Amino acid sequence: MRITCPICGERDSREFSYRGADVALHRPDPEAGEAAWDDYVHLRDNPAGETRDMWYHEGGCGAWIVVTRNTVTHEVIGSELAAEVAR
Amino acid sequence: MRFSGLRILKEGLTGNKGWTPHWRDPEPKSEYDILIIGGGGHGLATAYYLAKEHGLSNIAVLEKGYIGGGNVGRNTTIVRANYNMPGNSEFYSHSLKLWEGLEEDLNYNVMHSQRGIINLFHSDGQRDYAVRRANSMINQGDDAIVLDRAGVKKMLPYLDYDNARFPVYGGLYHPRGGTARHDAVAWGFARGADSRGVDLLQNCEVTGIDIEGGKVIGVQTSRGPIKAKKVGIVVAGRSGQVAARAGMRLPIESHILQAFVTEGLKPCIDHVVTFGMGHFYISQSDKGGLVFGGDLDFYASYAARGNLPMAEHVMEAGMALMPMIGKARVLRSWGGIMDMSPDGSPIIDRTHIEGLYLNCGWCYGGFKAVPGSGNVFAHLMATDRYHDNATKFRLDRFRDGYGLMDEEGTGSQHNLH
Repeated sequence: MRITCPICGERDSREFSYRGADVALHRPDPEAGEAAWDDYVHLRDNPAGETRDMWYHEGGCGAWIVVTRNTVTHEVIGSELAAEVAR
Repeated sequence: MRFSGLRILKEGLTGNKGWTPHWRDPEPKSEYDILIIGGGGHGLATAYYLAKEHGLSNIAVLEKGYIGGGNVGRNTTIVRANYNMPGNSEFYSHSLKLWEGLEEDLNYNVMHSQRGIINLFHSDGQRDYAVRRANSMINQGDDAIVLDRAGVKKMLPYLDYDNARFPVYGGLYHPRGGTARHDAVAWGFARGADSRGVDLLQNCEVTGIDIEGGKVIGVQTSRGPIKAKKVGIVVAGRSGQVAARAGMRLPIESHILQAFVTEGLKPCIDHVVTFGMGHFYISQSDKGGLVFGGDLDFYASYAARGNLPMAEHVMEAGMALMPMIGKARVLRSWGGIMDMSPDGSPIIDRTHIEGLYLNCGWCYGGFKAVPGSGNVFAHLMATDRYHDNATKFRLDRFRDGYGLMDEEGTGSQHNLH
């Protein structure tokens, strides 16, 4: 599996560290309540197929990126800078 | 059909014509008392103990593929009870005791071999933890011996003891730990359940879970609808997809864990050896292959195969610990799909839907739990009460933070275990 960084291009996956599902971009309001926070911290869609997750280009440009990929085939479909997705 | 030495002799002399299939291949009935979704080790064990210990027989196990074709066929077959935390400790102790009587109970050779497990340690701090963990195991009634360097050297003469980064200080020895033949465990439980009247329905994928007024009433399958009073989801590796059919989201992320096996060799590794600091563990199968693995690839995956960086890492760790394995050739590798829970411990609980029960989150430790998990889950489904040895595997522990079982002390969030 090679991962495409929007800044650096296609790179070895060892340059990246994995953060998990892109829920990190949808942080609830501090006062949103227990259910919303449980949902955010613990519960996952965990799809078999296309997913969007967060990777950090630790051994490269240092960008956080949102990678769209397939969890069944390991195909990497695309990636975007997390900063732009969050905007 | 009962297996015995005499029977093997008789069949051998009469052309092996008397053997019959180990289980039936029945048509689904329109209704059962209990449905178990998932014909892996845990599901089959659940059905077996429901029939054996709770006198129930109107049960079906729904398997989307074939018996033994899922994660129960994709693991490294290690059996142990060397946990530290209350909750896990009594449960795995219970499971190991069931293992010890399993072959007689099932009348089936699961090749359970208590060859002992040695967890190596490499510093004074790790030795202190090993002593503490050994005491926990002894207090639980299990066995543990802390070996010093000379003690390990006597048992495992082939290790590199003076690795510059991780010199071997000693090991935590668990003599009752060992391995078992994974396929035989699935087959033995399948045969045992079938002979007690359980219908094993293969090629029967659950496509929907029918719920009415907050109560489960049955399931939709690729072989037609089936009604039931109680349904158990026991599909670790695919828990998220099946639970979604009941409208649930789970605290589970599926990861890949790779394992490797070499060509068959003469006996050379007599125990299970774990090298935690290098993320490496190894044993030798009865066929002679060295079976070894390491850590997760660390990204969500259902591919049942991993990528090369972790393969390289595992080989490097193996070479660092026991340089002799460099002479062996790797035959094949595979990946199990791991139901990773936030705290690294499993879930065996009811759900908010009446009659729907959940058994999942086995992370990378499901195989040794097969008899225990089936036993306590059967107890929960039959009596609606938690088994004494499985009171803490609650689904809601993540939400309220009460009763988390984080063996590694790394925290209760995804991607930490």
